[in-house]
Amino acid sequence: MPLPTASASITGFDPRRHVGVHAERVSHVSSTDYPGHYPDEDNSWDLDKFKQKLKLKVQRLSNRSIEFDFVGVDASIANAFRRILIAEVPTVTVERVYVWDNTSVVVDEILAQRIGLIPLNVDPSFMDIKENPTDQATDRNTLVFRLRVACTRNKNAPKGSTDPKELYVNSDVLSSHLEWVPQGEQMTVMAGNPPAPTNPNIVLAKLRPGQEIDMELHAIKGVGKDHAKFCPVATASYRLLPDIILNPNKPVPPHLAEKFQKCFSPGVIRVDPHTKDVSVDKEKARNESMSREVYRHPEFEGCVQLARVRDHFLFKIESEGFYPPERLLPEAISVMRGKIANIRRAAEALLEDNDGPRDVEMADG
Amino acid sequence: MAESTPKIKIMKGAAADLSAATYQIFDESHTIGNALRWMLMKNPKVEFCGYSVPHPSENLIQLRIQMYDEMSSLTALLEALSNLDSLCETVEDEYRSSLGSGAYERWVEKS
Repeated sequence: MPLPTASASITGFDPRRHVGVHAERVSHVSSTDYPGHYPDEDNSWDLDKFKQKLKLKVQRLSNRSIEFDFVGVDASIANAFRRILIAEVPTVTVERVYVWDNTSVVVDEILAQRIGLIPLNVDPSFMDIKENPTDQATDRNTLVFRLRVACTRNKNAPKGSTDPKELYVNSDVLSSHLEWVPQGEQMTVMAGNPPAPTNPNIVLAKLRPGQEIDMELHAIKGVGKDHAKFCPVATASYRLLPDIILNPNKPVPPHLAEKFQKCFSPGVIRVDPHTKDVSVDKEKARNESMSREVYRHPEFEGCVQLARVRDHFLFKIESEGFYPPERLLPEAISVMRGKIANIRRAAEALLEDNDGPRDVEMADG
Repeated sequence: MAESTPKIKIMKGAAADLSAATYQIFDESHTIGNALRWMLMKNPKVEFCGYSVPHPSENLIQLRIQMYDEMSSLTALLEALSNLDSLCETVEDEYRSSLGSGAYERWVEKS
């Protein structure tokens, strides 16, 4: 039975601030803070106002991931940073593989693809982007690795052992077998932190006695939009802060308080042990899964409105590869500013062209 | 990318005073398109602003700007770009001060 959820009129629900979450739809999705949308309201861009409203608070930081609250911006801005993190923050990884010998069971192209996916610990700011595949490889834009592994029998293997790791030497080809071959001035520039895979234990192939691999690997700087192997993050995502709005005019009946509590994620709803009064734990509301379970029970109809706060983004970025998680957002911002500067230069050139006496030169369709 | 393609082109049919024009921005996507559209819409002198990615295999966006009072859309575009840049700067400052304060939970993740 579909329940009517016309509770957008519930006190506390503000269509400007909230995105309504209903049983089978969402409402008030688009932002309306534009000049001309509301009569007698300005809403035009104001940097000082933006500075006041903007809140960016790091919540959790680990060696691999960062979570932060990004409050007071439009979705288009938050989404721009998310997209740049995934597709346009550069990293260094293997792009070309020259196979001298490969007698393993993994065919050349599969092995080359696996090698490309190994994250390297190289700071991309030390390297230039190789703009064209045909460009000359130099010590500024290319790192060279050598992968030479041959499998042999282990003479000292214990009798009766069936474990390949004991029976053979180099039965697994691991990412730690990649050997950096410094070129030109790389030895002096990168000696402090020699290029290597961030994880030494990635299995690339398995070998048996007599099989061997001999390859030369060329790593270049690239971005995620060219190939996912260049992506610096495992995930970069955001969600909007959940807000649970209780209707003051229709409190939850005391005998149903525990049932009401169970409709939400653990800790989100508090029930007073004596009065059975229901309240929302504002701190824990962010953990709400928005299952909408509460809308399935007719007895709670009109008691509550689920919503999300339109300009409150909960970011989570998981780093994979070179960048420490706390460096990723500043990198994304600098990429963004680079793009803006680039377009700005082109637009200024257009403006100069137009200021001249001649007519606007227009591009065809 | 061939060097000959310019970053921005004004498409055919624009008003001579550029009070209404469609700009083709090459090598850009929704990332800049939507952010720029939002910032332009924040400008009260802009009557209309919209963007599109005409085809996924063409690496460009089209940005349409229409102005009130015969003002130049190119000026509005430049203004939006510099506003967007100061927005980025503000966000970065705020992030760095939050990170510097150290008022957050630290934990160790095994990989």
